[in-house]
Amino acid sequence: MVKSKNKSKLQSNTFLLLITIGLFLVMYVAGMFLYQDKGFAKPQMFLNLFISNAGLIVIACGMTLVMITGGIDISVGSVTALVCMAAAYLMEKKGASTYTALVMALAIGILFGLVQGYLIAYLEIQPFIVTLGGMFFGRGMTAVVSTEMISIQNKLFMKWANYKIYLPFGTVNKKGVYQAAYIYPTVLIAIAIVVGITIMLKYTKFGRKLYAIGGNQQSALMMGINVRKTKLQAYVLDGFLAGLGGFLFCLNSSAGFVEQAKGMEMDAISAAVIGGTLLSGGVGTVVGTLFGVLIKGTITSLITTQGTLSSWWVRIVLSALLCFFIILQSVIASAKRKKKKFSVFGGSDSFKAFKQLNKVT
Amino acid sequence: MRYKIKILTGHRLFMPFLCLAVVLLVNVLKTPAFFQISMNNGVFYGYMVDIINRGSELVILAIGMTLVTAASGGQDISVGAVMAVAAAFCCQILSGGKVSTNTFENPLLLAVLAALAAALLCGAFNGFLVAKLHIQPMVATLILFTAGRGIAQLITKGQITYIRVDTYKVLGGYIGKCPIPTPVFLSTAAVILIAVVVKKTALGLYIESVGVNASASRLVGLNSSLIKFLTYVLCGILAGFAGIIASSRIYSADANNIGLYMEMDAILAVALGGNILSGGKFSLIGSVIGAYTIQALTTTLYAMNVSADQLPVYKAVVVITIVVLQSPVFRKFMGNHKLNVLRKREERHGY
Repeated sequence: MVKSKNKSKLQSNTFLLLITIGLFLVMYVAGMFLYQDKGFAKPQMFLNLFISNAGLIVIACGMTLVMITGGIDISVGSVTALVCMAAAYLMEKKGASTYTALVMALAIGILFGLVQGYLIAYLEIQPFIVTLGGMFFGRGMTAVVSTEMISIQNKLFMKWANYKIYLPFGTVNKKGVYQAAYIYPTVLIAIAIVVGITIMLKYTKFGRKLYAIGGNQQSALMMGINVRKTKLQAYVLDGFLAGLGGFLFCLNSSAGFVEQAKGMEMDAISAAVIGGTLLSGGVGTVVGTLFGVLIKGTITSLITTQGTLSSWWVRIVLSALLCFFIILQSVIASAKRKKKKFSVFGGSDSFKAFKQLNKVT
Repeated sequence: MRYKIKILTGHRLFMPFLCLAVVLLVNVLKTPAFFQISMNNGVFYGYMVDIINRGSELVILAIGMTLVTAASGGQDISVGAVMAVAAAFCCQILSGGKVSTNTFENPLLLAVLAALAAALLCGAFNGFLVAKLHIQPMVATLILFTAGRGIAQLITKGQITYIRVDTYKVLGGYIGKCPIPTPVFLSTAAVILIAVVVKKTALGLYIESVGVNASASRLVGLNSSLIKFLTYVLCGILAGFAGIIASSRIYSADANNIGLYMEMDAILAVALGGNILSGGKFSLIGSVIGAYTIQALTTTLYAMNVSADQLPVYKAVVVITIVVLQSPVFRKFMGNHKLNVLRKREERHGY
C-alpha cells in the first residue's frame, strides 16, 4: 500500500519534471530553427542562458527550498535590488572594497531570512503576508539608500564581472575567426549551488526534514522534527541565497537602481512551479527549478530575437505558463484526493485527465 | 467606570479609530494647519479634504479586499494591476486607439462599462483559481499581479493614453460648481451599496460562515465555492472602478503607475480595520477607517518630505507590526494584559 502510494507521487513528480524538460527542448529547438541566422544554434547562445540568469538560478533555488516546506518568499526581487544598490553605494560612494560589498550583500540576505523566518516559523504568520511586507520594505530601503542609479566602476568588481572562462569548444564566425565559447564565474557558482542543494535535499537529514514538513506539518511534528527551527533554517538559507543571487545579479548588471529586478520574485516562483515544485509543499527538485529558469531565459531570448515584440510579452507568456502549471498541479492534486476517497468520484473530468496523464507517463 | 472603559476598548472599531486618532494627533502637533479647510475658487482645500479625496480609491479597494479576505482567508494582490487594466481599457476605448485625444471617439458609458467588464473578467479569473481549483489566493492572484501591467501596456500599446476632455475629468475632479470632489461621492456610494447588499441580504452572513469554515458551510447547504468566487468578482469590479477614478484624476492611462503599491495599502487597510487576515468575521466600516488612516499616514509622510519611493518602508513596518499583533501566538503570549500591552506598543510605534 505504502509502496504504491510512493510510486504514484513519484510518477506525478517526475511527470511534471519531464513536461518541463520537454517544454524547454521544444522551445529551444524551435528557436534554433526559427532564428538560425541570428545565432540561436551556437553553443554560446545556450551558455548565455546561464550567464544572464546565474543570479536568478541561485535565487530560485532558495525559493524552491521554502516552497518545499509549503511556504513562499516574494521578497527576493526587492532583496536583489537592495543588495545591488547597497553594493553599488558602498563601493562607489563610500569607497569600500568589493569584499565588504559581498559580505554586506550576504548579510542583508541573511537578515531578511532571519526576520522573515522568525515571523513565519515562530509567530505563525502567513508567509505571503510576511514576505509581502519584506518585499515593500526592501524596495523602499533601496530608495532610502539612493533614488538615483549608481553604476559600478570599482576595479576589482569589474575584474570579477568580466573574468571570462574559455571553454574548449567554440564556433567560427562569418569572417572565419575562431571564437571560443566562454562563461563567467557566476555560472560556476550557480551550478555549484544547484548541485550542492540537490545533494543536500537528497542525502542530508535537513533536506528530508524539509520534505516532511511540506508533506504534512502535523506528522512531521509527531515524527519528532523541530518544525519551527527547520522552517527558520530554511528561510535563513533562502535569504542567504537571495543575497548571493542578488550579488551575482549585480555582477551581471553592474549597477544599482530602484526599479531593478522588479518582478524577479515572480520569475523565481514560476521557475520553481514550472520545474515541478508543488505550491502546497512537499514536492520539488532544484534541477527542475534550473530548467524552469532556462525556460524563462529561452522565452526572453526568443522574444528579444524576434525583435518586434515588446518586453512585457515575457511577463505575459511567463504568467500564462505559470497559470498552466498551477492548474495542472491542482488537477493532479484533486484527482489524487478523489482517488483516495471513493472511486465513485472517478467519473469526474479531472480524474479522467489524471488517468490520461498517467497513461502518458 | 472601569467597566465602561472595558466595553469601549473591547469594541471592534476601537482599534481602527485609535490608529486614526493617533495619526491625526501627530499631525496636529507637527502641522498646526492640518485641520484648516479653506475655500479656493469655489472648492474646498486643506489636508483633511486631500485625505478624504485621495483616499477614495483606497476605500473602494479596501471594501473589495475585505470581502475577499473574509470569504477566502487570503488576499487579492492583483488589485493594483486590475486598476491599470481597467484604466487602460477605458482610455483606449475613449480615444479610439489614438495616443491623445480632445474628443470622445466612443461614448463614455460604453468605455466605463467595458472597463468594468474587463475588471470583472480579471476578478472571475482569480475567483476561478481560488474557488474552483483551490489554489492559495495570493499565489492565484500573483499571476495577474505580474501579468496585469503587461496586459495594460499591451492595450495602450506601451504608451500613455491621454483623454483631454473635461467630461472625463469629472469622475476624478469636480461636478460643476460642487465644492466637494467627485471621488468622495463615488466612494461613499460604493461603500453604501456594498454595505446594503451585505447587511440587508444574507450574503454577509454567508461570507463570514464560508470564511470561518468552508467545509462546514458546504455541509449546511451553502455553495461555498460560489460565494468565494463572487467575492473575487466583486473585488475585481471594485478595483476596476477605482482604476477608472484614478485614471480620470490624471485624465490618462498610465499602465506603469496607476494603482502602484495599492495592493499593499488595501491589505493594510483591511488589517488596520480590525479584520483578521485569515478570514471570518469582517467589518466594512473598519476597513474604510483603515483606508483613511493609511491615506492620512501617506499624506503625513509626504508632508514630512518622504519621497514616494521610500513610503513602502514605513507601510511595510506598519503592516508587519499589525500582523504580529494579530498573530495567535503573540496574543497567547501576551495573555491577560493583552489590551494594555497592545495599546502601549501602538503608542511606541506611533501610528
